[in-house]
Amino acid sequence: MKNFMALFATPVQRVTGILAIVTLYVTLANGLLPPDSFLYVSDYSVTLLGKYLCYALLALSVDLVWGYCGILSLGHGAFFALGGYAMGMYLMRQIGDRGVYGNADLPDFMVFLNWDVLPWFWAGSDSFIWMVVMVVLAPGLLAYIFGVMAFRSRVSGVYLSIMTQAMTYALLLAFFRNEMGFGGNNGLTDFKDILGYSLQSGSTRLSLFIITAVVLWLAFFICNRIVNSKAGKIVMAIRDAENRSRFVGYNTASYKVALFTFSAVLAGIAGALYVPQVGIINPGEFSPINSIEMVIWVAIGGRGTLYGAIVGALVVSYAKTRFTAIMPEAWLFALGGLFVLVTLLLPKGLVGLWPTLKAKAQQLWPKTKEQAL
Amino acid sequence: MKQQASVMGATENLVPDTRHGVILYMENVSVSFDGFKALNDLNLYINDGELRCLIGANGAGKTTLMDVITGKTRPDQGKVNFGQQIDLLKLNEAEIAQAGIGRKFQKPTVFEALSVYENLYLSLKMDKGIWCSLWHKLNGEQKDDIERILATIGLTEQRHGLAGNLSHGQKQWLEIGMLLAAKPRVLLVDEPVAGMTLQETERTAELLTSLAGEHSVVVVEHDMSFVRSIARTVTVLHQGSVLAEGTMAQIQSHPDVKRVYLGEEST
Ligand SMILES: Nc1ncnc2c1ncn2[C@@H]1O[C@H](COP(=O)(O)OP(=O)(O)OP(=O)(O)O)[C@@H](O)[C@H]1O
Ligand SMILES: [Mg+2]
Repeated sequence: MKNFMALFATPVQRVTGILAIVTLYVTLANGLLPPDSFLYVSDYSVTLLGKYLCYALLALSVDLVWGYCGILSLGHGAFFALGGYAMGMYLMRQIGDRGVYGNADLPDFMVFLNWDVLPWFWAGSDSFIWMVVMVVLAPGLLAYIFGVMAFRSRVSGVYLSIMTQAMTYALLLAFFRNEMGFGGNNGLTDFKDILGYSLQSGSTRLSLFIITAVVLWLAFFICNRIVNSKAGKIVMAIRDAENRSRFVGYNTASYKVALFTFSAVLAGIAGALYVPQVGIINPGEFSPINSIEMVIWVAIGGRGTLYGAIVGALVVSYAKTRFTAIMPEAWLFALGGLFVLVTLLLPKGLVGLWPTLKAKAQQLWPKTKEQAL
Repeated sequence: MKQQASVMGATENLVPDTRHGVILYMENVSVSFDGFKALNDLNLYINDGELRCLIGANGAGKTTLMDVITGKTRPDQGKVNFGQQIDLLKLNEAEIAQAGIGRKFQKPTVFEALSVYENLYLSLKMDKGIWCSLWHKLNGEQKDDIERILATIGLTEQRHGLAGNLSHGQKQWLEIGMLLAAKPRVLLVDEPVAGMTLQETERTAELLTSLAGEHSVVVVEHDMSFVRSIARTVTVLHQGSVLAEGTMAQIQSHPDVKRVYLGEEST
């Protein structure tokens, strides 16, 4: 037992272990157990879990810039949505002539708008490879341009946060318009299959879930490497004393741009994994409140730890699923309340609670341990 | 020489030309804040390898002068050169630091969330680009450098402690250590002994004097006994311009200085 617990000594090992166990369990329970078994995991639950893991990846990307570099982005929803749209465009094209209008070349909404050719920016959208490129490029490029403009002119703090909100809001308005060519307020939906596999089938859903878990683990691993590298220390130095870092010889703006861009790409990947699992992407994903919710996940989980972000996203998303089933109107109030409570009582978030509890427990029962030995 | 220059890449033309013996040139430099002239047509030359003390009343413009050299403040007019050929007014803070001008602030600023060791690590003279930083591993020589500096600044035992937990005096020392790690040609040191005990002050004096020669050192300090203990050449600033320059004895007997500075202090 002791050896087994030693496998969970560091945060990396803990995240790896728990993700592996959950993924394995879900895979086996969904694939092998009979549906009437108590331990069975339904296709619906698999997809729900897959969705949570996408949120966890998104939260990870927010924590990387906020927790480690002090960049409070209130616009990460935009990067998530852009990745989602890139995936959505590909899935739209996979429908082919199976749409309502039976047009093999044009998605339904374009036929409806009386368009007769694909807009130029849809070129290549039927290629899986091109889609993957766009999932990285669209959010990455936007973040890069935004970052260069903001960080080179030394915008920071509240002003930066407001700019990121404005960015996602502007995109929300733009994507609502039919003329933009992204399906207007209905967005992109009615997807049929991905790489030839039906999105309705249980095995595709399970595969998507497993892929999401693997990507999340990989992203966590890479982020962890980054924050523990010399570059990670520099980023923290910039967070705490940007001026000093400049006089030590670091071009702080380029570090911030790079980190922000990488984080946006992670958010975009999360969006791309999210869309085939929920079956729709619409402009609502750009709404400012979404981006604020992500920051709250990180704050509740514990910022500046990476795994705290994952914990926060999972806990809050689960609570949201439960809560909105009972009282959908009250969710935002509950979320706000939770946020205030955590900030006041647990400045280090939920994961900050663990060391405190452990110390308390040792204080309370120091004897029992010795007796046990 | 050619080969070495190409290896150095972007910094190749950032080696100051000091054939005339001067490493820092400031000519006719003026800085004004909302009409108030913090520096007023200032001329100052720092020789290569010298230790120079800058004194002057509060608000005389000493810190502003360092801000101008390090790129934090842009002057309204004037010329600031590093060696004969490098125009510092064309470089940003990071480039100036990489070129070899290090600075210690009046208020000690270290990276509080990082360990003492990491503070020195980040300050080492090396490629400061992102790609290099992502993959960087300390080599033996760099580790030795850090160890030596830790010993010099007396923080070997605190090496793995957070810099934020150091005492005020220790932070001052760490900041000096960070300067040393960068192996700069010029060290600008703003009030290094503020808040130090007498013993710490003495050690700082020893350290700074030992640095001169290999480095050029400019020290701003209010503590006159400290200045007396290290000074070779002293420059007196007054209302943004140089009032007098010379040895401590010359300065003390200088009529203008007696009038505006030492006179003020004694009242
Ligand atoms: N950013 C700024 N904006 C407005 N005024 C400034 C600014 N920086 C400095 N000053 C003013 O310029 C003058 C020179 O300031 P400086 O800090 O260079 O003085 P100092 O010689 O370093 O003084 P001290 O001994 O108190 O550190 C002061 O009157 C100060 O109020
Ligand atoms: Mg000053």
